[in-house]
Amino acid sequence: MKLIFERSHEGRGCSILPECDVPVVSVSSANKREQPLHLPQLSENDLSRHYTELMKHTHGVNDGFYPLGSCTMKYNPKVNEEIAALPGFTKIHPLQPSETAQGSLEVLHKAEEFLCEITGMDNMTFQPAAGAHGEYTGLLLIKAYHEARNDKKRNKIIVPDSAHGTNPASAAMAGFEIVNVTSSPDGCVDVEKLKEVVGDDTAGLMLTNPNTVGLFDKNILEITKIIHEAGGLCYYDGANLNAVMGIVRPGDMGFDVIHLNLHKTFSTPHGGGGPGSGPVGCKKILTPFLPTPVVVKENDKYRLDYDRPQTIGTVKHFYGNFLVVVKALSYILTLGKEGIPEAAQNAVLNCNYLMNKLKDVYNMAFDEGCMHEFVMTISNLKKDKDVSAMDIAKALLDNGIHPPTMYFPLIVEEALMVEPTETESKETLDEASDVFHKIYEEAIANPSALHEAPVSTSVRRLDEVNAARNPHLRYEF
Amino acid sequence: MKNPSELLYTESHEWVKEMEDGTVKIGLTDYAQHSLGDLVFINLPEVDDEVEAGEAFSDVESVKAVSDVISPVTGKVIAINEELLDHPELVNEAPYDAWFVQIGEVSDKEELLSVSAYEEIVAKEEA
Repeated sequence: MKLIFERSHEGRGCSILPECDVPVVSVSSANKREQPLHLPQLSENDLSRHYTELMKHTHGVNDGFYPLGSCTMKYNPKVNEEIAALPGFTKIHPLQPSETAQGSLEVLHKAEEFLCEITGMDNMTFQPAAGAHGEYTGLLLIKAYHEARNDKKRNKIIVPDSAHGTNPASAAMAGFEIVNVTSSPDGCVDVEKLKEVVGDDTAGLMLTNPNTVGLFDKNILEITKIIHEAGGLCYYDGANLNAVMGIVRPGDMGFDVIHLNLHKTFSTPHGGGGPGSGPVGCKKILTPFLPTPVVVKENDKYRLDYDRPQTIGTVKHFYGNFLVVVKALSYILTLGKEGIPEAAQNAVLNCNYLMNKLKDVYNMAFDEGCMHEFVMTISNLKKDKDVSAMDIAKALLDNGIHPPTMYFPLIVEEALMVEPTETESKETLDEASDVFHKIYEEAIANPSALHEAPVSTSVRRLDEVNAARNPHLRYEF
Repeated sequence: MKNPSELLYTESHEWVKEMEDGTVKIGLTDYAQHSLGDLVFINLPEVDDEVEAGEAFSDVESVKAVSDVISPVTGKVIAINEELLDHPELVNEAPYDAWFVQIGEVSDKEELLSVSAYEEIVAKEEA
């Protein structure tokens, strides 16, 4: 398809401005651009057709099954959008006096209260824009905590080898050294190895539970105890909260600080820019360090508190991606106290159902009951038929299914990580199972055909290596 | 591809070439480049950086994953193969020519493997 700049015609636009009826003021030449901005010039009709065509090239949750592991691509109820579009939320300004934005502050305050109840935390900030930003913010809280206690030798963050890649990256960005602990054969944290690496330089541990291979770490209480006894704090990566929300709370597992991905667990859109929201919750010991401003309720009124002497500062302008919080609150209120745990249970049920449908032909990396996601290994097909996880993923595209997460976690060879979520019906899962089986049969009978996949999409297999080695990132005029 | 018999190897799939002047050159083995797939980015240390045996001194990125490259020796970086920064594909094309770093002032060395011992390890991993 044509790029938007290739559709541009000199002089075309979306609106005709009326004749100027106010005095013309000229800008000093020092402040003037030397040449006009390179903007595409299109009529509204052309513009609308361009984006509609672009939309047809994509695959979203609204197109079909999207079992992208670790991403929780659940259906986002439309009622969230209706609520977030209310003018009381869209027509406010972040700088207007807070006494005139009481409803919006109430949203932040209520969302904090409910999410703290779900996670077992005491306080929460909505400033971080997404998950990794939340990780970074949470790590700064850990750092501020140790520094406030004058415990400055604690410069190491422990991260298991199955962790999301963002964990060590965020820790490094926050100025910590990373200590890797290998997993035990069951995919969980190796408690003995953990005991070996903790010490008086341990600032904290970062963990997801259920972990990246979709298993609930049974030793979680012992793990957080080991860290606490060494003087460190425990960070919970909320990427996998969908499996346990309303059932078990990170706060009760012994975690001191967490981030959530509202755009995963709490049904706000993501992919293509979201925008996301990565709130950070913490126990009381870390509350003084939270970013400012903090919404406080006094005498039934809400106000923004900027006077927090120990704050780590501001991590994003104003209050984060506010409308995403509105959507998440809408979701929580729609599901209620009964619906939240039921969603988690159905996520786990759907996942076990699909895993058990597939394990007659596909090898499971960890063959036991899973939580919200499971990991398959394609290594036998790779060895016997030269069919890789990538080939299977591309063949799924030909069948209207978004591929699972590939080549992750790194501890599993030729990994495909599948997360169906609770919002898919039994029929969808059955159809997906049929597709997976059909592809497996083709891999055995005619492996070279799979190397050609996808054949029915608007673009075929992309040259990822060339794209990474020679990225071409902007239109050249 | 044949693994050269004049080189020594590590369990984490680096090759080591011991130079006559006591320095060593380190690179990635053919098995490593094949498992990683096409490399798209290589991060190298700077000259004069200290490296420690058993610690990562470089990381390589393929379309699949990012992996550490571990130094089997303790010493100081005396040269880096700058060509790799712009042409990571050299590691895929000729892994035993594409040295990453040259280490001098070697004070400690892990136990290194002969080509036959290394090939036994690879055979086990492939099984």
